[in-house]
Amino acid sequence: MTDKSQSTNPEPDLSFDRVDGHVKVTGAATYSAEYPFDHLAHAVLITSTIAKGKITSIETKLAGQAPGVLAVVSHLNNPGIPGYGIAKQPAERAPMGTAFRIFYDGLIYFDGQPVAMVVAETFEQAVHAASLVHIDYEVEVHQTNFEANLPKATIAPSVQKNKNSPFQDYDRGNAEAMTNADVKINATYIIPTQHHQPLEPHAIIAVWEADDRLTVYDKNQGVKSAQGNLAQIFKLPRENVKVISKFIGGAFGSGIRVWPHTIATVLAAKIVKRPVKLVLGRELMFTSVGYRPYTVQKIEIGATKEGKLSAITHEGTGQTSAYEEHLERTILATRAMYACPNVSTRYRLLNLDVNTPTWMRGPGDATGMFALESALDEVAFALQLDPLELRLRNHADSDPERNLQWSAKSLKECYEMGAQKFGWKNRSLQPRSMKLGGMLVGYGMASSLYGFHRHPSKAKAIILANGSVVVQSATMDIGPGTGTAMTRIAAKILGVQAKKIRFDLGDSSLPDAPGQNGSSTIPSVGSAVHVACESLKNKIIALAASMPDGDFSKPDPSEISIKNGVLYASSNAEKGLSYVDILKFHNLPQLEVTEESKSGPERDQFSMYSFGCHFVEVHVSPVTSEVRVKRVVTCADVGKIINYKTARSQSIGGIVGGIGMALMEASVMDHRRGRYLTRDFASYHIPVHADIPQIDVLYIDKPDVHVNPIGSKGLGEIAIVGVAAAVANAVFHATGKRVRELPITVSKLTDDEI
Amino acid sequence: MEENTKAADDTLDPLQEDRRFFLKQSVAFAGLSLAPANLLRSGDWDSEDIPIGNAEKVKLALTVNGVRKRISIDPRTTLLDLLREQLRLTGTKKGCDFGQCGACTVHVDGHRMLSCLSFAVMQHGKKITTIEGLSSGDQLHPLQEAFIKHDGFQCGYCTPGQLMSAVSCIREGQAGSEVEIQEYMSGNLCRCGAYPNIVNAITEVKNSGRKV
Repeated sequence: MTDKSQSTNPEPDLSFDRVDGHVKVTGAATYSAEYPFDHLAHAVLITSTIAKGKITSIETKLAGQAPGVLAVVSHLNNPGIPGYGIAKQPAERAPMGTAFRIFYDGLIYFDGQPVAMVVAETFEQAVHAASLVHIDYEVEVHQTNFEANLPKATIAPSVQKNKNSPFQDYDRGNAEAMTNADVKINATYIIPTQHHQPLEPHAIIAVWEADDRLTVYDKNQGVKSAQGNLAQIFKLPRENVKVISKFIGGAFGSGIRVWPHTIATVLAAKIVKRPVKLVLGRELMFTSVGYRPYTVQKIEIGATKEGKLSAITHEGTGQTSAYEEHLERTILATRAMYACPNVSTRYRLLNLDVNTPTWMRGPGDATGMFALESALDEVAFALQLDPLELRLRNHADSDPERNLQWSAKSLKECYEMGAQKFGWKNRSLQPRSMKLGGMLVGYGMASSLYGFHRHPSKAKAIILANGSVVVQSATMDIGPGTGTAMTRIAAKILGVQAKKIRFDLGDSSLPDAPGQNGSSTIPSVGSAVHVACESLKNKIIALAASMPDGDFSKPDPSEISIKNGVLYASSNAEKGLSYVDILKFHNLPQLEVTEESKSGPERDQFSMYSFGCHFVEVHVSPVTSEVRVKRVVTCADVGKIINYKTARSQSIGGIVGGIGMALMEASVMDHRRGRYLTRDFASYHIPVHADIPQIDVLYIDKPDVHVNPIGSKGLGEIAIVGVAAAVANAVFHATGKRVRELPITVSKLTDDEI
Repeated sequence: MEENTKAADDTLDPLQEDRRFFLKQSVAFAGLSLAPANLLRSGDWDSEDIPIGNAEKVKLALTVNGVRKRISIDPRTTLLDLLREQLRLTGTKKGCDFGQCGACTVHVDGHRMLSCLSFAVMQHGKKITTIEGLSSGDQLHPLQEAFIKHDGFQCGYCTPGQLMSAVSCIREGQAGSEVEIQEYMSGNLCRCGAYPNIVNAITEVKNSGRKV
C-alpha cells in the first residue's frame, strides 16, 4: 500500500505495478546465465596473482588431461582476436576500450587480471581443472597506493590534447576573492574505491551460430553498443552479431562496457565450437567490471559574513589504471551548483597498477557533491548559519557556468517541501545539542544535481489485429522498470490497458536505443515511445476517418478520445470504433510505425539539469559511536514523473546506495601485494535490511517543457548524488566530528572521544 | 540422468522408497577416500556414471517442488548448481556462492537454507521447495502478490531469495514488528535497495493473517 503521506503525486494509486513483476516473483525471468543450451560448456577464469610483471610460463598439461576439459585458453594458444590487430599492447595510456587486450601477451597490469580460461563439460570440472594450471611470473614493482603516489597525478593526456575538454583547468572571476573572504574553510575529502556489486554477478553465454554469426546472452547495459563492440573486435558484420540482455540483475554502471571476460568467452566458444557460459565469481567482481575510483578532493571556500559564497576552488584527483584513462565529472558540479562569481576547478588523474575504473551510479557527481556539500556544511557551521539557509542564499537562478537560463529548476520548492516533511525547523544549530533516549541525534541535509542526457532513440509501435499493442526498442532494464514506464506512456496515448501492451527490450535486433546510463533512458527512449505512439494514434485515426461511419470523418486527434482501444468522437460519446474493427475493415493484420526522437536546438538555448535535496536523521551511540540512519526525506525535481511507484523505488534505491557509500563501502587493498582484501560481501559491506529505515520520497512532478516531448529528465543517477554528504553532515551535527574520508566507520568517530 | 515421479503423498518418507539408493550411496561415500574409483563402480549404474574429475558420480533421490527426482551427480555439485544447471530451475539465484547474500535461499524440509552452502548429495531424501514451487498453479503466493503491490524489488535478482526468506520469516514467528522483520531478513541482500518496500510487503501479509 502506498502511504499517501509519503507522496506528492496526485494519483499514486494509478501507478502501474511492474509489468515484469509476475515473472520476477515466480523465478521465471531469465537472466544472462540462465538460457538453456544442449552441449553448453562451462568456463572458469584464471587470474593473475601479481599486480605487475609478465608471465614466464603457463603449465596446462595436468589441466588439459583432467576429465571433461575441452580447452585451456591463454595468450600462448590464442588463435587471435581479429579486431586486436598486431599492435603491441599500448605501453602508454590509451582512450577507453582500446587498451587492455585479453590473452594477447604475457604482460600483467593488475592483480586479478584474467590470464587463462578453462572450458569443460561441467562447472565442477572446470573449477577443478583451473586449480591444476600453474603459472610463473616475473614480478615487477607495482604501485597501487593512491596517497603515496598522489604527487604523480597529471592532467589526462586526452584532456591535454583537447582544448574544449570540460576537464581543462577552469577559472571564472577573480582568484583574489578568496583572500578577501570573511570566512574561509579549506578541507580535503577522500572517497575510497567502491564497487558496484550488483546481486547478479556478470555472466555471459556465447553462441556461434555459424563461423560468421554470433549470439551472446550478456549482462550489459547497452545491447546496441555491445553489438557494435563485438562486431568490431571479431571483425563481423554488425548485423551478424546479436546481443540479448532481457533481464539484468542490477549493474549500476558495471555493465556499460564490453569487458575482457566477455571477449574471452566469445573466443572460447569459437575454439570449442560449442556454446560457452561464464559466470564471474563474486571475488572476480572486484577486478573485472570496474569500480568507483578512489578520489581525493581539496575544496577551499570563501564566504562573506552575510553568507554569500565569494570564492570556491575545487581540485579533484581520481584513480585510473596504468593502461587506460577514466575521467569523471568530479569537479564539474561545483561550477554550476551555486551562484558564486569566482570559481576554479582542477582535475587530475593518477595511474596505478590496478584495473580501470568505470562509471558507478551518479559517476563523478556523487563523488564531487560529497565534497562540495560537506564543505557547504562546514561553511554554514563557520558562519553559525543554518545549512539550508546558506544554500538558499546562494541559489543559482541561472547557470553560472554557461550563463544560460535553466530549462527548469524547482530546487527552492524541493528545499521547502523536503524541509517541511522532515521537520528541519526543529534542528538546533549546535552539534551534539540534540539527544533522544541516550543517543546523539543529528540532522543533515545536502543538495543534489545531475546533468540532463538525451540520445537519439527509435521505437516501433504496433497495434495487432486483436487490438493489443506491442512497443519495441533496443533499450534496457537494469532494474528501474523501463518496460513499466514505457508501457505507461503507450497506455496513456493509445488508450489501452497495461495488460494489453507488451514492451520488448534488451535485444540488439530491435530499433536503435542508447544504453541504460546517465539517466538517459526515460528522456531518450521515453520520448521515442511517446512520438511513435502519437504517430500510431494519428495513423489509426486517419484509417477510422476513411471508414463509412461519419463520426470520424474529420480526423482531428484532439476531438477524438480513446478508451480501452475504442475511439470516441467528441460529437458522439455513445458510439465507438475499436482498433479491432478498424484493422478488420481495412483488412490489416497489424498497423505499425517506427519513429525517431532526438534533441534539437534547445540543447544550446537552455542549461538542463535535474535538482534535488536530501534530509537525513542519524542516531549515534555516545558509547560505541555506531551510526544508525533513522529517517530520510528526499525530494527531486526531475520533471514529469512517468510512473510514481517505480520512480519511488528508484529514489529509495539511490538513498540506500548513498547510505552504503557514506557508512560502509570501501574496497581495501593490501599494497604489499597490490591486491584487494575485500573480495566478498563479508568484507565489502553493503546495506542490509537492518540498516535502512523507511524513506520518504517527494517529487515536484512538473514537466520540463524544454527538454523533450514528455517533460521528464530521468532519475536513477540524481537519486544517489548528495546522499553521502547529507549523512556525513548529520553525523557532524550529532557528534561534532567532521569525517572527511568515507566511509564513516566507528573507528573514524572514535579517534578521539566523542 | 534424471528421473521424475510425482510425489503423491507428501507425508511419504522418500527415504523408505529410496533406501536402496541410499545404502549404495553411503557405501560410495565411505569408500571414496579409501578405494580406487574404478573399484567403486556398480555394474547396474547407467552409462553416464563415469568418473569425472577426481570424483565419481553418485545417486541421490530428493523431492523438488513436489516432484520426486532420482539423479546421479558429481558429488562436488552444490544444491544450488544442481537446481540451476541440471534441473533447470533457474529461479534460485547464484549471487555470491559464499553464503553471504541470500539469493540462493530455498526451503529444505520447510526451513530456509542457503543452497550454495550445501552439496546436493547432503540433501538425499529431503524435500526442497524453490521459488518455482512457492505458488500453486496460477495463484500467486500472498507474499508474491504483496511484493508486486509494494514494488519489493527492482532488478528482481535477489527477489526469489527474499521471498523464500520472507515466507520463513513469517512462519518462524519473526515478523512481529518492522525491526524484527529487518533483523530476520538481513541475510538477504538487495543492491537495488528495495528494503523498505520488502518490509512493507511482509508486514502487510503478516498482519493479514493469511496462511503462508
